[in-house]
Amino acid sequence: MSNEDNKKVILKVYRTNYNKDDSPHYDKFEVPVKRWTTVLDALLHVKSYSDSSVGIRYSCRMASCGSCGMKINGRPSLACYTKISELKDDVVVCEPLPNFPRIRDLVSDFSQFFSHHKNMKPFIQNDKVSLDIDDKHDLVEFEQTHEDVDKYLQFSYCIRCGLCYSACPTVATDPKFPGPQALSQAYRYEADSRDDSKKTRFNIIDERHGIWRCHFAGSCSVVCPKGVDPALGIQLLKGHMLGLSKNNKKLSNLRTKNKE
Amino acid sequence: MGTVSNNKENNNINSGREGVRGWLNPTRYGWERVSYWLQRLTGLFLLVYFVGHVYETSSITNGIDAWNSMLELTQTIGGHIFLILVIGTSTFHTVNGIRLIFTESGKGLGKPGRPDYPYNPSSLNYIQKSGIWVALLLACIAMLYGGMVLFGEGG
Ligand code: SF4
Ligand code: FES
Repeated sequence: MSNEDNKKVILKVYRTNYNKDDSPHYDKFEVPVKRWTTVLDALLHVKSYSDSSVGIRYSCRMASCGSCGMKINGRPSLACYTKISELKDDVVVCEPLPNFPRIRDLVSDFSQFFSHHKNMKPFIQNDKVSLDIDDKHDLVEFEQTHEDVDKYLQFSYCIRCGLCYSACPTVATDPKFPGPQALSQAYRYEADSRDDSKKTRFNIIDERHGIWRCHFAGSCSVVCPKGVDPALGIQLLKGHMLGLSKNNKKLSNLRTKNKE
Repeated sequence: MGTVSNNKENNNINSGREGVRGWLNPTRYGWERVSYWLQRLTGLFLLVYFVGHVYETSSITNGIDAWNSMLELTQTIGGHIFLILVIGTSTFHTVNGIRLIFTESGKGLGKPGRPDYPYNPSSLNYIQKSGIWVALLLACIAMLYGGMVLFGEGG
């Protein structure tokens, strides 16, 4: 067995349980790690062999569900996407995501984050199509080219993990600020040729606590695990709102039944 | 094995919000965050300078003696250092501010595309980073020149 196979690290886990009036503290656990061990693997090892009461949230284990966000060694990261070997540290500190209310241990409350997302009306709105469809025969398709799709695709990769929200310095001081996730979703629909509700969304974000509070600290894009680059979406959206960048969006045509 | 170390914390436990601490530490997220931090700090510093400057120049309404004694303040070593800081902060704030005007209008950030691993964000590109470095470099040069003038002959 090589030395690497016997490697151990200390996992320092933030613990708190408000129901038990337990003041926050850190518990330390020694965990064996391999080259491929992720922080989530290490936490699950702790739950299996040391302390089953450690509170974590996870589901997919493959950076797809967005549940396992936490602050790892000072930076918001997905536990399932962060290999311990890449941290190059013998102590791995796990804390709950900053800027989210804490529920227990590493689990935080996403209600406000999700409500900012919902405020952006994150669905296609188009005057030609009703949102209330009862009969499946009334469902329609839009025509889009690959170029049309490229304009918004990267923003649609968002898994709502909240890492960008917790890295943002504006969110840190202004709870009413929608945050990078919600604003980049506003851009995602603004750039989508199937959507024609530009004005509605502009009205939502063009206000005192809205998009103009972003000053391009870029931290959201640094931590985003899916390449969404929310900072890009937000600045492009500002350019469109100011009328400084061209928005040559042509609304998609509906694919008619005869064409099928 | 778990060992409880009871390091108590005084976090803002309910909201979890970092508050001002969130923007005080610029070291975790790269150059853009440093630029954000410096732009704020220099802005605040220049605001304080502006108020002081208005106070200083308004002393002329109290006569030439009051004005001269105010001017003497800037001729001390502390006064010179303060003025050098004003030169540096105003240069950085202006140059970086011009970069940000373009950036925040969506210019120089690249285009959206299909993200591929390892997902290098196009908005954090070298045009942006170079803009920050140039602003820092010009601020240093301006401070150096200001220092030479203020502390040099007749300074
Ligand atoms: S934009 Fe990126 S970091 Fe933010 S919630 Fe979406 S996937 Fe997570
Ligand atoms: S467990 Fe799903 S993203 Fe980490």
